[in-house]
Amino acid sequence: MKVTGCHGFCERGPLLVINPQKLFYQKVQVEDVPEILSETIEKGNVIDRLLYVDPTTGEKIVHEDEVPFYKLQKRIIFGSNGSIDPTSIGDYIAIGGYSALVKALLGMSPEEIIESVKRSGLRGRGGGGFPAGLKWETCRNAPGDPKYVICNADEGDPGAYMDRSLLEGNPHSVLEGMLIGAYAIGSHQGYVFVRKEYPLAVQNLRIALQQAEEYGLLGEDILGTGFDFSVRINRGGGAFVCGESSALMASLEGQPGEPRPKHIHTVISGLYDKPTNLNNVETWANVPLIIDKGDQWYAQIGTEGSKGTKIFSLVGKVNNTGLVEVPMGITLREIVYDIGGGIPGGKKFKAVQTGGPSGGCIPESLLDIPVDFDRLTEVGSMMGSGGMIVMDENTCMVDVAKYFINFLRDESCGKCTSCREGNQRMYEVLNDITEGRGKTGDVELLEELGWVVAEASLCALGGTAPNPVLSTIKYFREEYEAHIEEKRCPAGVCKALIQYTIDAELCTACGRCRKACPSDAISGAKKVPHKIDQEKCIKCGMCIESCKFDAVKVH
Amino acid sequence: MIEFTIDGVAVEAEEGSTVLPVALEHGFEIPHLCYHDEVSPYGACRLCLVEVERGGRRRLTASCTYPVLEGVQVFTDTEKVQRARRMIIELLLARCPDRVALQELASQMGVEKPRFELLQEECILCGLCERVCREVVGANAISFFSRGYKREMGPPFRDPQACIACGACVYVCPVDCIKMEETEEERTIVRWERTLPMRKCTACGRSFAPWYQLEYIKQRAKIPKDFLDICPDCRG
Repeated sequence: MKVTGCHGFCERGPLLVINPQKLFYQKVQVEDVPEILSETIEKGNVIDRLLYVDPTTGEKIVHEDEVPFYKLQKRIIFGSNGSIDPTSIGDYIAIGGYSALVKALLGMSPEEIIESVKRSGLRGRGGGGFPAGLKWETCRNAPGDPKYVICNADEGDPGAYMDRSLLEGNPHSVLEGMLIGAYAIGSHQGYVFVRKEYPLAVQNLRIALQQAEEYGLLGEDILGTGFDFSVRINRGGGAFVCGESSALMASLEGQPGEPRPKHIHTVISGLYDKPTNLNNVETWANVPLIIDKGDQWYAQIGTEGSKGTKIFSLVGKVNNTGLVEVPMGITLREIVYDIGGGIPGGKKFKAVQTGGPSGGCIPESLLDIPVDFDRLTEVGSMMGSGGMIVMDENTCMVDVAKYFINFLRDESCGKCTSCREGNQRMYEVLNDITEGRGKTGDVELLEELGWVVAEASLCALGGTAPNPVLSTIKYFREEYEAHIEEKRCPAGVCKALIQYTIDAELCTACGRCRKACPSDAISGAKKVPHKIDQEKCIKCGMCIESCKFDAVKVH
Repeated sequence: MIEFTIDGVAVEAEEGSTVLPVALEHGFEIPHLCYHDEVSPYGACRLCLVEVERGGRRRLTASCTYPVLEGVQVFTDTEKVQRARRMIIELLLARCPDRVALQELASQMGVEKPRFELLQEECILCGLCERVCREVVGANAISFFSRGYKREMGPPFRDPQACIACGACVYVCPVDCIKMEETEEERTIVRWERTLPMRKCTACGRSFAPWYQLEYIKQRAKIPKDFLDICPDCRG
């Protein structure tokens, strides 16, 4: 019996997998445990009510690998989370852990490792998508000593938690990747910059470091090869912008977390002005696999320009929320419908936002594009670190843009006029539009602002911040126009532009809405159809939630 | 020496320099607010944007922080550059509509009235005062705090105890928003709410500098104890 890290299928947690049969129990409660022990473990009987029911077929599914959520995934990085105790180095070694390190240190030269990583086609998973091997090579060849390697675990996108799950569930895989990278680059000091909001990740990583050191896999003279490497954990203070590499390095140095110009790249002059190779958690976790199974094997997975897999946090209006690891090149439609199980409540799909707060919203018509770095950028979004938020027909795209710009105007460091003032002004224009004060010309003003914020700002935060606005204008312009010209919110979200009414024909006078209304705006009695007093109504939507007969309407 | 071109004109510059000072020296006009040649460039105001072509890629960048690099082509006055600068000045003017320096720059660029709600801020957050205080004076009395649209400049924890009231920030502020008031008895840096008593010259009796500033200079410069008891005029 092991407590493992996250299995990814959050929607159905807590999960229990019984090996070797891979029996899959979901939504397991403490009360279920005695029965699981007596029935399943002792007698081998399957407990029906704990099985997962496929919502489309209604069929009960017994084994983990038959669950549609997992079937289309390719869990080469994330799969081990379900089979090891993250606090046990023995568990990690038992599944082949650290064999890549042994292979690299004892059998490969630094140059061979770099060539292998280059051939694998691995690109940075933190958002930039820069070829990892090339980065390592530049850092190795850069003059300057010492050299540093950094693991960026400052995962700050709202709703994204893949790096956290990796660090919590399999910290040794990240550490092994860093060790191989450090050896290849010629670095003896590594840092993991991890959000303070991830205490379990910090704890498990700390345990992992300690164990690796005890096993001679970290510290001095690793595996007797003379290679020294140690790792420090630094906790971030909660600024989103510190996920940007130069801001992260400034923060590590004890300076304010502000990006600085990177005309001279950080691989040449980074932390303390020394050559510094920074990669994201997931990138590091890919490295042992490439060394272990070979770059050819790795390069078979994915598309021409994007190799391997990518972990996404699939959230929002989708049936199976959770962490999914898919081969590059899979279509968005497959992720949303086949893995995600489609949209709950039979609602219509509207858009999927990829890439975190500064990603773009991709409409239905583009659902069949393959997921890779270049294609996502082409359609006005980005891979980012792997956020994926699904939106249904009840989502207002202007409101969505406002939500993300609100986040970004707060999280901009505030250095560049364009990003600080520009995002603030975009927010004000968007707010006006959603509150019924939109003017003709606002969309064009947003486009103009968006262009300047993206083009004139220093770092990638400003460079991508307008994406949610520009992509929603591009694909959902008519929604902006409805707000501005007709003072109407087609999705029925923007409070200033909607009205709730009760259809007297459909109302059964059950009184549910009247009881649910927090502002006593609904009148009616037994057998008398109910009515909403528009003066009193605060447009909270409680009535529509409570009505069982679809009698409450939004206009 | 590094050779590159600005608007097609070949120029030379010393390695380690950045594009803006070189361009200004050669007579190219590039508006700027947060740059000063006595402190390190910071790239906050974004007014000095230019287009730079390097390795076949052309993009907008702040010229004050862009290092001079062999063979790059700099364009200081393209349509893109103008379009971006106009929006930047419009944003700054909307933030600080009463600053004369901004009004003048805006009108030069053909921006009359900002399309945004006018705020009544005075500071454009260029950070020049902070760099002067840190790099030139060494007092570290002010810094940025908060982030995003809530960013501010001021004494850490709003306590100006490190300020020596030397007035360097007053002198360097490009929009003249840091005021200094002085009487025979005391000097006040209004924006930081710092008031310090003045020291009187032991020779002529007139007050000439805040005592804290003189103490600070004595400590830093390692000069004779009584050297600053006498004002510069009397010292001759």
